[in-house]
Amino acid sequence: MRRGFHANRIQNIRKHGLLLVMILPGIVYLFINNYLPMFGIVIAFKDINFAKGIWGSDWVGFDNFAYLFQTQDAWVITRNTLLYNGAFIVLGTVLSIAVAVLLNEVKKRFASRLYQSIILLPYLISMVIVAYLVLALLNEENGFVNHYLLPLLGIDPVSWYADSGKWPFILSVVYLWKNVGYTCIVYLASIVGISQEYYESATLDGASKWRQVWSITLPLLKPTMVIMVLLAVGRIFNSDFGLFYQVPLNSGALQTTTDVIDTYVYRGLMTFGDFGMSSAAGLYQSIVGFLLVLTTNAIVRRKNRDLALF
Amino acid sequence: MYSNRIYQMAVHLVLIMMGIAAVFPFILLISASLTEEQAIIRDGYRLLPAEFSFDAYMYLFNQYSLILRSYGITTFITVVGTIVGLLITTLVAYPLSRNVLPFRSFLSFFVFFTLLFNGGLVPMYLVYTDLFHLKDTIWSLIIPNLLTNGFYILLMRSFFSTSIPGEVVESAYVDGANEWVIYCKIVLPLALPSLATIGLMLMISYWNDWFNGLIFINDGSLYSIQNLLNRMLSDVQYLQQNSLSGQTAVVSSVPLGSVRMAIAVIGVLPLIAAYPFFQKFFVKGLTIGAVKG
Repeated sequence: MRRGFHANRIQNIRKHGLLLVMILPGIVYLFINNYLPMFGIVIAFKDINFAKGIWGSDWVGFDNFAYLFQTQDAWVITRNTLLYNGAFIVLGTVLSIAVAVLLNEVKKRFASRLYQSIILLPYLISMVIVAYLVLALLNEENGFVNHYLLPLLGIDPVSWYADSGKWPFILSVVYLWKNVGYTCIVYLASIVGISQEYYESATLDGASKWRQVWSITLPLLKPTMVIMVLLAVGRIFNSDFGLFYQVPLNSGALQTTTDVIDTYVYRGLMTFGDFGMSSAAGLYQSIVGFLLVLTTNAIVRRKNRDLALF
Repeated sequence: MYSNRIYQMAVHLVLIMMGIAAVFPFILLISASLTEEQAIIRDGYRLLPAEFSFDAYMYLFNQYSLILRSYGITTFITVVGTIVGLLITTLVAYPLSRNVLPFRSFLSFFVFFTLLFNGGLVPMYLVYTDLFHLKDTIWSLIIPNLLTNGFYILLMRSFFSTSIPGEVVESAYVDGANEWVIYCKIVLPLALPSLATIGLMLMISYWNDWFNGLIFINDGSLYSIQNLLNRMLSDVQYLQQNSLSGQTAVVSSVPLGSVRMAIAVIGVLPLIAAYPFFQKFFVKGLTIGAVKG
């Protein structure tokens, strides 16, 4: 029996070995791009010294982690990451559903498509361009807000790029501006799938539009919403690096409110060259992120097998 | 009926306002790039130029060599990255979709696990710089992103296994075609629409990428257009100091306020101009990858 199994397997490899040859480049690529860095997490437990090489450097156990968690940094970046992403999830979900409901109300197909494409435009462009757009608005010398909008309202100019207290608000607005066009498409696809019969009979019963949204659209949208939110919660430890790096112009003065784990890791590596600390923070993010994905996926899986990642 | 019309008008009004909010910063950017420098210093950036001027664009035109060069880099990495990315994606996805693939469950897990866990930035950086010495090479702008979204592999795999009839593949096999021939002659042609959609998403991500340039490129002659923009965000005079044309203007005569905005316009314009033509596929690409992506 056992021999037969092996013989079969060898025969199968002979017969379909070409499939293995085809898949080989991708597997080698993933090994280099994804698996080698996974072995590289040992860096977090070493005092990297390039004269000795990565493998030759001294082991320091959990020193890098101890050092990281002794400082205020670990607390600040964890708090910022969770608060920003939490706010993005809540605000993004509410606004996207609202826009999707409105788009669904537009009866002319052409108009609906047009609105959709225009609202989606910010999602298409890179964060570098977004940083320029925000600069055109908030720049102290020439910015539109300080030069035109605030005087119009009788408010004194604000030093936007020096006042860290303003940035949770600014970054949330920028996030919504850039992403709502995308998330609302997902909800719209789900709303379009709701059977028209519900609405027709509700209209016959004299239900107002408002009532129909509350009693038909939103309850039927709930499964999609729960899945989308859970998947976002699974990624709550990972931030949009571009948003937090480009838009505040990588400014040190704003760091208390704009620094997240991703920017911290980047700065540790590229600015300070502190490999141990930076990779300790990175590993902290990877492991918590991994556990979060596993947990949320298990919940999604119980709700709807097809939508679970695995 | 009357209230219904008011309702429709209200819906349109809100959506029009959202649309204006979406495009407003772009209009401001374009207007700022076309404003005379003194007017900017006096009034700041306005929605319509107070005094119209092409100075910023004339200045950039004189410094064209750097800009053209970055466009060349961006075009090269976008074309090569998209083609190689598509090739690797389908070459992994197709064997995984065949249940005769030896070691199939191991290979599936090998691919899938990369979606769940990563080693982080520092080890990745060291692999490419210390082990493969890709720092300051054009390959560092292409290779790290080839399979960035491993989700596309899963997408193509399920497309192959559901949309390409097993009998067609089997009978081709019986007729003596090998797997490679089946892949080229049957699988890829049937998958063309999906390939186009995923190809578009890859193109956009390569065109917009600035991160690899940020960490791997110090040599300005390898800047993509995004990296040039990124650099000029913090250092407006960069263009002038690194002019390849040898023409050095007097610093005070450079219309910095508008040049800064003009370079961003030049960077984003091609994408926006092409957007109406590909937006249908873009929406499709976003929705197929939506829930799981």
